[in-house]
Amino acid sequence: MLLNILKRCLQALVVLIGVALLIFIMLRIVPGNAIITMMGEHANPEAIERMTAELGLNKPLYVQFFTYISGALRGDFGTSYSLHVSVSSLIAQAFPNTLCLALAAAVVAWLIGIVCGIIAAIKENSLLDRLFMGFSLFGVSMPVFMVAMVLQYLLAYKLHWFDISGINDWRGFVLPAIALGWNSAGSIARLTRSTLVEVLQEDYIDTARAKGRRRMGVILFHALRNSMLPVITMMAVQLSSLLSGAVICETIFSINGIGRLAVDAISGRDIPLLQGTILLSTALVILGNLVADCLYSVLDPRVRKGD
Amino acid sequence: MRDEQEEMLTMQMEAPEDVLGEADTLKDQLKRMARQNKLAVVSAVVILLFVLGAIFAPVLTPYEFDQQDVINRLASPSAEHLLGTDELGRDVLTRLLYGSRISLLVGVVPTVISMLAGAVLGICAGYIGGKTDVIIMRLADIMLAFPSMLLAMVIMYTLGDGLINIFLALALVSWASVARIVRSETLKLKESVFVEAAKSMGVSRLKIMCRHIFPNCLPSMIVLFTLNIPSAILSESSLSFLGIGIKYPQASWGLMVNLGRQFLYTKPWLSLAPSIAIMLVVLAFNFLGDGLRDVLDPHLKDQ
Repeated sequence: MLLNILKRCLQALVVLIGVALLIFIMLRIVPGNAIITMMGEHANPEAIERMTAELGLNKPLYVQFFTYISGALRGDFGTSYSLHVSVSSLIAQAFPNTLCLALAAAVVAWLIGIVCGIIAAIKENSLLDRLFMGFSLFGVSMPVFMVAMVLQYLLAYKLHWFDISGINDWRGFVLPAIALGWNSAGSIARLTRSTLVEVLQEDYIDTARAKGRRRMGVILFHALRNSMLPVITMMAVQLSSLLSGAVICETIFSINGIGRLAVDAISGRDIPLLQGTILLSTALVILGNLVADCLYSVLDPRVRKGD
Repeated sequence: MRDEQEEMLTMQMEAPEDVLGEADTLKDQLKRMARQNKLAVVSAVVILLFVLGAIFAPVLTPYEFDQQDVINRLASPSAEHLLGTDELGRDVLTRLLYGSRISLLVGVVPTVISMLAGAVLGICAGYIGGKTDVIIMRLADIMLAFPSMLLAMVIMYTLGDGLINIFLALALVSWASVARIVRSETLKLKESVFVEAAKSMGVSRLKIMCRHIFPNCLPSMIVLFTLNIPSAILSESSLSFLGIGIKYPQASWGLMVNLGRQFLYTKPWLSLAPSIAIMLVVLAFNFLGDGLRDVLDPHLKDQ
C-alpha cells in the first residue's frame, strides 16, 4: 500500500510539472507584448527595453521557465504587473477567503446531498425519491450565478437576513456557501443514492438485519460506511468544480478570493498574477485528488490488501 | 476481392455484438425510452422549441436584437415588450431568442469537436497502448487537473474574445474526459471476440479502430454528447457573465445576466429571464441525457 501511495505521489508531481509548463506556454504565446500593454502604446522604446530586461523577459524561454519554477518552489511568484506588489502576498490575503468559502460550500453540499441521498435510497422509487432526484437535477442545472442572485435578492435584499455582499463576519459566508454548494449537493445526492441502493442489496446487510439490528442502525453503520467510498472520490472531483464556481461566487458577493484575483488579473493583463492564481488552484485540485486516492486505499480493505 | 470476403466474415462475427443491427436496435431503444421516460420526451420537445426559437427569431419578433429605444429603457413587462426592455431599451424577449442561437451553438459545436478529438485520442490510447497511451493519458491528466473554469479563462486570455475562440476554449477543456471514457471502452472492446477474429484475419490496425472499435463506442458517446452539451452551455454563460467571452452588441444569455445584474433589485427580470432560459435548456439536456443513458448505456451511470 505504501508503494502504491508513493507511486501516486510521483504521478501527481509529474502532472503538477506538466500543469506549470502548460500555463507557462499558454501565457507566453499571447499575441502582443505584455510589456507594451503594461506601459502603454506610446512608451519610450528604451524604457520598454529596460523593463523587459528587468523582468527577465529577454532571456530564452527555457531560462524564464526555470526561473519561474524555482521561484514558485520557494513561494515566489514574481511581482504583479498591475498592482506592483508580490503575487504571493496577494495570494496569501485571498487564499483564506477562498478556502473558507470552499469548505463552507462543501459542508452545505455534503449535508444536503447525503441526507437527501439516504432518504431517496431508503424510500427507493417512492414519490419522495423521485422528487429528490428530480430536484437534484434542478440543482445541477442551475448556473452558480443564478442561485447566487436569487439568494441575494430574496434573503439579503427582501428579507434582510444577510448582508448583500462582502465578508464582515461568518454570516457573510452563508449565502456564497449555499450558492456554491448547491450544484455539488445535487451530484452528491445522486451518487449517494445510487451507491447506497446497491449496497443495501448485499448479503451482509441481510445478515446484519437477521442478527436483529434495527433498520436505521444497519443503514447508518453497515450500509452507509460501505457506500461512502465513491462519494469520497466524488469529493475530490467536486473540489475542482468548487474552485471553478468560486470564481463566480466571489465576483457576485465581492469576496476577495483567488477566483476574483484571477478575473482581475485577466482584465488587467497581469501575467504573473494569473500564473500564480491558476497554478495554486490547480495544485490544490491535484493535492485533493491525491489525498482522496490515498484515503481510498486506506479505507477500502480490498484495495489495501490487493497490493 | 479477398478484402471483401474478409469483411463479410468479420461483419458476420460482429453481428451478435449489435453492429449490423445498430440502426434498428437504436431505434427500438429510443422507442423504449419514449414509452418509459416521459420526462425525456418532454425534454426533447423543450430542446426542439428552443432550436425553433433560435432559427425563427427574426420571424417571431418585430424587433432587432440591437434595436435601441432609449425613451422606453428599463420598461417593465407589457404587451409590446413581453419581458420588458433592458438598459438601452432593447426588447428582452428578442435578445433571449437571439441569445439562444449562441447558447445552442456553444453547446453543440465545442462538444462535437471535443467528442471527435476525445474519441480519436481515446481509441488510439486504448488500442495502440504503450507510449502512445502514456503520452495521451498523461496529457489528459494534466488537462483534467485544472478547474475547468480557470482553464477556460486562461485559454480565452491567450486566444482573445470572440465566438470561435469560445468554441476552441470549451473544446480544449472537455476533450480529456471524453478520451478517458472512450479509452476504457476501447480496452474492453479490444479483448472481445470479434476484434480477435478481425486481427487473426489480418485486418489492419487502422481499420479495426475505425470499423470495429469506433461504432461500438457510439452508444456511450451519444450519451456523453447529450450530457456534455449542458456543461458547455453553463461554461459559456459563466464566461460571458464574467465578461470574458461574447462581446457586447451580440446577445448571449450569460452577457444579459451580467448586464442585468446592476438592476437586480429594481428590475430583477433582466437577469432572471436569461438565467431561467439557461436553466431550462441545461435541465432539458440533462433529463434527455439521463434517459438516453438508462437505455443505451446503463454502466456509464457510475462514472
